[in-house]
Amino acid sequence: MMNHSMKNQYNVKPGTIIQGKWHKHRYIILKELGFGANGIVYLAQWNQEYVALKMSDNGMSITSEVNVLKSFAKVQGSALGPSLLDVDDWEHSKGQISFYAMEYIQGPDFMSFIEQKGPSWLPVLILQLLSDLEKLHESGWVFGDLKPENLIVTGPTPRIRCIDVGGTTIKGRAIKEFTEFFDRGYWGLGSRKAEPSYDLFAVAMIMINAVFPKRFTKTTGGITQLRNQLKQSKVLQKFEAVIVQALEGRYHSAKDMRNDLIKTVSHDSANHRRTSRQTNAGSTVNAQKMNHQTQSRVKAGASRKKQKQGGIVETFVLTVVILLFYAFYIFGQLI
Amino acid sequence: MKTGTLKQILLITDGCSNQGEDPVAMAALAKEQGITVNVIGVMDQDVIDDQGLKEIEDISMAGGGVSQVVYAHKLSQTVQMVTRKAMTQTLQGVVNKELQQILGRSHTLEDLPPEKRGEVMEVVDELGETVELEVLILVDTSASMKQKLPTVKEALLDLSLSLNARSGENRFSVFVFPGKKNEVDKLLDWTPRLGSLTDVFSKLSTGGITPTGPAINEALQYFKKKRSLRSLLSRDDESFYEESV
Repeated sequence: MMNHSMKNQYNVKPGTIIQGKWHKHRYIILKELGFGANGIVYLAQWNQEYVALKMSDNGMSITSEVNVLKSFAKVQGSALGPSLLDVDDWEHSKGQISFYAMEYIQGPDFMSFIEQKGPSWLPVLILQLLSDLEKLHESGWVFGDLKPENLIVTGPTPRIRCIDVGGTTIKGRAIKEFTEFFDRGYWGLGSRKAEPSYDLFAVAMIMINAVFPKRFTKTTGGITQLRNQLKQSKVLQKFEAVIVQALEGRYHSAKDMRNDLIKTVSHDSANHRRTSRQTNAGSTVNAQKMNHQTQSRVKAGASRKKQKQGGIVETFVLTVVILLFYAFYIFGQLI
Repeated sequence: MKTGTLKQILLITDGCSNQGEDPVAMAALAKEQGITVNVIGVMDQDVIDDQGLKEIEDISMAGGGVSQVVYAHKLSQTVQMVTRKAMTQTLQGVVNKELQQILGRSHTLEDLPPEKRGEVMEVVDELGETVELEVLILVDTSASMKQKLPTVKEALLDLSLSLNARSGENRFSVFVFPGKKNEVDKLLDWTPRLGSLTDVFSKLSTGGITPTGPAINEALQYFKKKRSLRSLLSRDDESFYEESV
């Protein structure tokens, strides 16, 4: 069996109508969306709706992915992968191809989104991803082949979604599919057993990839090379502690990593607000310092004013109370 | 379901054989004995010629395995992917055969409606995780392979990393051809980890000829030798495979 020519075997042209052998649904192919080791994904139309159609001459991998998607559907309130719409076979002149139809998730992929909107979106998307991973891990799965190409940002409120579940593996088994750059085994930083920390390593590498879009190859490997790489980026420096912990496999749940990242971000945004105001006021160190001082003076003044106001109220209340008692006393004397 | 041990030969080469028996015939012989033959063709800048390409395809076809031609830097991922794919293919064959026994001659997985395939796939996945696996690696060390050998070593270490993440047992052994005096030399005896490969590999010398056929043949003898030693102890599943692959 030769598979490097797989792509040529069934290049389905736009306009082709694909009818399922079992369920008889008719899909009109519109264009190719992408292809990977396990098949090709097409944009198709079904009943005036857009759907994504994944086809593969390897029926087993289709079945396997369908299993994963079905089990995701059972996880309540989740958007772990695209929702599954149909599974079927397509009989054509040369043979039979298995396919499944799923929800079409529209939007730019992770890398182009970050490129367009800037790195301030990085922690937002990563936090979203981590909460999805938390649910995924809780339901007994590990995503496996986590990489920017498998992540799409949908709108209008940006929300990250995973699209390719081909590498998704039951916890505790051996990872089915991976991409070297995002694989801790490749960097000599752990096994290929499906456990939450495997995915969290990949998340850290995605953060690194966001800053180094061209990626880089292994030289010495290990944590030293990756740490050195981190040092070269200002954006990554902020998250260094979290990234290194994830790379070293010290997070055992997505939740832990998420909490740490939130801490880093909120601390950072407090700093950031200050620095941005400073840069508006003028960027020399002196100006910054002065600005800082006036800022704190203003704050102190504000609190003093509050104290004064508090004093007036207090006096007023006391006087009223005393007057009241006095009134009672007079009243009592009169009777 | 009993599956016994999966047996694979993984041939890593960069061109045509030029000495001894026909490698395609040897691969067919391996298949008859329940051993799958997978072939990986490694390219550098040079592209493998049509004749070499055809031989690679033919060997894997005859050996019931998977073949792939790749550039050296893609080797690691390919080695593990090819091995896994061949495993799944064999296991699928086993499962299909069981299905036929239950449902009748003409039924394979593809004849089942998609809804029912899921459960069968679970079984294949489960088997892939737990089955015992023996991989005999045959490395071409003819002159043109010289600068690719460090990459081959990396790829093999990576393979053991991938397979050892499974819960089933693995055994690897490594042979090189041509050997120092013989056509084939044993580099590493059956071992669950390939870590010790690092030392042996650096001392390798490369030679001129490419006796691919004899190398496969020797590999077969090695599987057999091991089997005859253990034949009293181990259950004999061979007949099970011959038809199912």
